[in-house]
Amino acid sequence: MIRTQRLAAGVCALLAALAAGIAFPAPASADETTANAPKVDLVLDVSGSMRARDIDGQSRMAAAKQAFNEVLDATPEEVRLGIRTLGANYPGDDRKTGCKDTAQLYPVGPLDRTDAKTAVATLSPTGWTPIGPALLKAAGDLDGGEGSKRIVLITDGEDTCAPLDPCEVAREIAAKGIGLTIDTLGLVPSTKLSRQLSCIAEATGGTYTSVEHTAELTDRVNQLVDRAADPVVTPVATQGADACAKAPTLKSGLYTDREEFGQQRWYRVDVLPGQELRASVSVAADRAVNPDYGTLLRAVTAHGREIVRGEAAGNGRTDVISTGLRYPKAERDDDGDKPAAETVCLQVTNSFSAASSVKSTPGMPLELTIDVVDGPSNASDVASFGLGRGWWLLGALVLAGFVAGLLWGWLSRWRIAVWRTN
Amino acid sequence: MRITRVFSALSVTLLTLGLAAGPAAADSSPSASPSGDDSAPTQAGTSFRTAAEVEQGQTATASGSTGDYFYWSFPADAEQRPTVKATVKLQETHGAQTWQIDVYDGLRRRQACQYGAQTRAAGPGASSVELTCVLRTVRAWSETWANDPLPGTYYIRLTAVGVTTADLGLPVSAEVRADSKDMGGAAAVDGSLAEPLVPGIAVTSQKDDDGDKDSSDSAVLSAIEPEDGWSSGWWSDRWVWTAVGGVLAALAGIGGYALTRGSGRPSRVPPGA
Repeated sequence: MIRTQRLAAGVCALLAALAAGIAFPAPASADETTANAPKVDLVLDVSGSMRARDIDGQSRMAAAKQAFNEVLDATPEEVRLGIRTLGANYPGDDRKTGCKDTAQLYPVGPLDRTDAKTAVATLSPTGWTPIGPALLKAAGDLDGGEGSKRIVLITDGEDTCAPLDPCEVAREIAAKGIGLTIDTLGLVPSTKLSRQLSCIAEATGGTYTSVEHTAELTDRVNQLVDRAADPVVTPVATQGADACAKAPTLKSGLYTDREEFGQQRWYRVDVLPGQELRASVSVAADRAVNPDYGTLLRAVTAHGREIVRGEAAGNGRTDVISTGLRYPKAERDDDGDKPAAETVCLQVTNSFSAASSVKSTPGMPLELTIDVVDGPSNASDVASFGLGRGWWLLGALVLAGFVAGLLWGWLSRWRIAVWRTN
Repeated sequence: MRITRVFSALSVTLLTLGLAAGPAAADSSPSASPSGDDSAPTQAGTSFRTAAEVEQGQTATASGSTGDYFYWSFPADAEQRPTVKATVKLQETHGAQTWQIDVYDGLRRRQACQYGAQTRAAGPGASSVELTCVLRTVRAWSETWANDPLPGTYYIRLTAVGVTTADLGLPVSAEVRADSKDMGGAAAVDGSLAEPLVPGIAVTSQKDDDGDKDSSDSAVLSAIEPEDGWSSGWWSDRWVWTAVGGVLAALAGIGGYALTRGSGRPSRVPPGA
């Protein structure tokens, strides 16, 4: 059934596409592609420590430059690439000035490989490591547009500009912008650096890599830039309410929201009779949380009766906890004067918790997928069409047939005998 | 004598039936083709949204860092029992780590593994970890309140659940493969979904209906489909069993009837009647 529907839909789509093609010969507009272009900002640490010669016998700076040259050559055409430095300009000892030292080396935009390479060649290791401020500025560089946004941070030392925790900065950035991911690469295998960089990465759903060779650095940055170029569905930002009555009404699609520890989020979906509501929710652990957690998604009627729920719990290291539910609304037989569509309230709660030192705002990222599709054809029997299967079935049928034959035979013999005697 | 003839006829029919049912048993070998196709993804996604799409029987590879969350997705249809196998190749020097695969269905509900080592610890210096998860049989339909596996997209998440900070970021490579065993008519249930459990299918089919030209370019949550399309759900070998059962019952009926008739004229009929 699914297949025939798909075929029909495909034929319709084809016809419609043909018609549209005749009507509007050039539908693609340049503006649209620019607005949806993926953006990547490479943030490179140019602090004094980059002078250390411990990557394949050359300095960290030289390794980074070599990697950048190769990455710039391999960058896909559609990616808007920018480069930002931190600690490149102020060689002095004043912490306050040093911690503001971040500059845009190459603006985010269509890539001129020669220009970008020339700009990278001028860099020489200089100052402090203001990761937090650099991330904030990088997020500003990527502002605007609908495409995916990615910051790739390459550094050899942890942030030297406390109290601004780069990890919290990352979380704030993720809370502000939609679909911004920060990937981090550490050039030194140190536990402290690992902890900070993986914290930054986890806050935004990115990855952390510890790099020891130039080739690894090149491969990884290339991989990350390519990943940015992959087309991904951009979720729509929404804001759930604390009660169903005030909740936003959602249609089929992908939504994102934020939910704090112990907070409730309500959304509403209209479901017509004969339609099926499919909802799934995932709550991401973007900060250090306690190892036992869970999430609950309930579908509730407008009057507060629970229809169905999805629940998930887990323990240990995780990026996300997710659950989902289906609710097929039965076809209505009578045409009463009730409203046609039923409002289903979706309630999302989580049971994440964290140590008191962990900030609870902004809330954790929440992703909600809503699909309203045609309802299923319900089963009237356990087996497919009520058909049978197996040797027991055959035995029973044979026995029944045999007994029926015998009875019929005896019956007809008896009838003949009766007829003859009369 | 008649009885023996009837029985021999019966046994021949049963034998034929056994042959007919044979292919169903032969199907139980993994239905997938051998690996080595070029189209298998060489990168994994990092979330449900970006999961790399793998066909059944393809071996997908990915490289990344310890601590990454690797995501893939594959299609599974009704009457299949998928098995997910993953191999993680670790660096030479590392501490003790615990790796885990989790399988989620199209509604992002975690699906239980019937058997297989879903979580495995790798001691310091171990070069690889092998993980397996055998899912429950996918049914064409289930009640709303059940979380039975339904036809649609399945997500695989591979990650190190137990890892020390010192090991974070170290390079690893992973291989993952989903195969399935065809469970045949034994798993054929009544009822069917209007659309498979593929996330975003309402949006995708709406675009198809609108004849949106961009639909092929724009990203979708999951564009996954088995090689030969989703099964229509009406065919199962239950039709064969039931039909053969009907034929056998008819034959047995004839046999039973014949038995009561005896041979030739009834003995009690007077001669000359």
